[in-house]
Amino acid sequence: MAKVLMKGNEAIGEAAIRAGCLNYFAYPITPQSEVAEYLSRRLPEVGGTFLQGESEVAVSYMIFGAAATGERVFTTSSSPGISLMSEGISYITAAQCPAVFVNIMRGGPGLGGILPSQADYFQSVKGGGHGDYRLLVMAPASVQEAVEMMMEAFALAEKYTNPVMILGDGLIGQMMEPVEFPDELKAPPSNKDAWATNGMGTRNSKERNLVKTLYLVPEELNAHNLKLRDKYRQMERDEVRFEPYNLDCDYKVLIVSYGTMSRVCRTAIDNFSEKGIDVGMIRPQTLFPFPLEAVYQAAARQGCQAVLSVEMNMGQMLEDVERAVKGKRPVSWYGKCGGEVPTPEEVMEAVENLMQ
Amino acid sequence: MGKAFQRPEALAENHTHYCPGCTHGIAHRLVAEVIDELGIRDRTVGIAPVGCAVMCYNYFTFDFQEAAHGRAPAMATGIKRVRPDLIVFTYQGDGDLASIGMSEIVHAANRGEKFTTIFINNAVYGMTGGQMAPTTLPDQRTTTSPFGRKVLDTGMPVKVAELLAALQTPAFITREALIKPKHINKAKKAIKRAFTYQMEDTCFSLVELVSTCPTNWGMTPLEALKWAEEKMLPYYELGELKSPEQAGR
Repeated sequence: MAKVLMKGNEAIGEAAIRAGCLNYFAYPITPQSEVAEYLSRRLPEVGGTFLQGESEVAVSYMIFGAAATGERVFTTSSSPGISLMSEGISYITAAQCPAVFVNIMRGGPGLGGILPSQADYFQSVKGGGHGDYRLLVMAPASVQEAVEMMMEAFALAEKYTNPVMILGDGLIGQMMEPVEFPDELKAPPSNKDAWATNGMGTRNSKERNLVKTLYLVPEELNAHNLKLRDKYRQMERDEVRFEPYNLDCDYKVLIVSYGTMSRVCRTAIDNFSEKGIDVGMIRPQTLFPFPLEAVYQAAARQGCQAVLSVEMNMGQMLEDVERAVKGKRPVSWYGKCGGEVPTPEEVMEAVENLMQ
Repeated sequence: MGKAFQRPEALAENHTHYCPGCTHGIAHRLVAEVIDELGIRDRTVGIAPVGCAVMCYNYFTFDFQEAAHGRAPAMATGIKRVRPDLIVFTYQGDGDLASIGMSEIVHAANRGEKFTTIFINNAVYGMTGGQMAPTTLPDQRTTTSPFGRKVLDTGMPVKVAELLAALQTPAFITREALIKPKHINKAKKAIKRAFTYQMEDTCFSLVELVSTCPTNWGMTPLEALKWAEEKMLPYYELGELKSPEQAGR
């Protein structure tokens, strides 16, 4: 298929359809309402289900109900909306149903602002709802990558019977970029008949299926949590994704940055290169699982003197970078959290301060 | 001669965890009988609430999902929208539906979601230990209204069936009771009508069932039935509030 110019939010909606997901429930919130607007037109064309729920809380349970039947389903929202959905997300992880949540982040806390932000790193990666659970969190840095991650997210959600979150900052949703859609999602057939409440007749079974999250017997709840933990460990083994940049030279400073922010850092690194100064970068594409080993190896390289976590928040991924570097190098943070994206010059200044 | 009375196929062969005299068991049996009679067990998905009936799936033999507090109507919406061929019902108590889940039930009803709600109203929170519910009667003592519900402070009890019947969209709203055999016979007819409407693709239906909670009311089962009849029925009047037939007249 040829390249088309599309706004990120609309491309995300289209990508879901290309991935075979024809079910979408959502509640409007800036800066991602275009996904709902686009799909309210587009889904009826392909025989899909579009429903605007009464709140993000309700939407998260519409997703739960639909996901529990084994049908592909997704929603999109932005930071305050994801806070409300976090209750449902906790239940869906506990019930082990596949679903895709997209967070096009805006500034917080509270109403915050409507401009781009990465302030929901903790919420997404460390669990915004209650209990011991993890989401597989993917962070696109372009509209093209958002489309590819969006499509793959459905396969990963089914593989792990766990929600996948696409974590994009407001720019990923709002900017227009050329994008080429993969033809279709290549995913192994879902094992849904083993667990989904899709009606006994549907799966030709005499055994009923039960989707639940209550385990009153302590040993059973512990065993359930161990089973969940095993899935998260498998993600940590098998699903870590990152992109190295400029790591094949003798850098003194290593940047760790993701999403739109990483593109600014890339420009800053290119500007440094023109001056004959090398700076390296690791761009995590998955935030959970975090590329701990890659960051450690890059930080521990001879010549590297400092590590800088650059994020549009007050230093959240910083804690995972510190965890990765294990004290081998000093780790610091640079960022802004009001909705402005730091400029390449500002990033360069932050790097220069480290080199002094 | 065949058997005149037996356990419905849709009802599991388990002892319930409900207290002696609790009417949940009757409501379960009525739902199971209706599902058997309509022959829909293999395409029915039930949704359990949070409350005493959170584990009601242990007593049924078809697919079930367990909801969070009050969210069952949103889950039913999700199921029914992506799988309209399934028969979906929520089974909810008054703390679940009329308090924390008020938003979900009102909007699902108003959208005309094509599922059925069985609403158990026993004027009290059961599982958490007898606290005041939105449906608790004036001056009724509960563990959080130890001197009786003061309506100047907490308002009058919510009449869920009337509230939902005020919406234009829903198809069938009725209030029945699980007190005397005549009530129970009528309740079963109402439940069967609600499921039948759903099979006919008619929109939202709710059957409210005035029920008892002897344990949290501090009564014997017989005292509780008497109290429900004498105290609840004058406030929660029985009867159909809305039906497709009425709308067609």
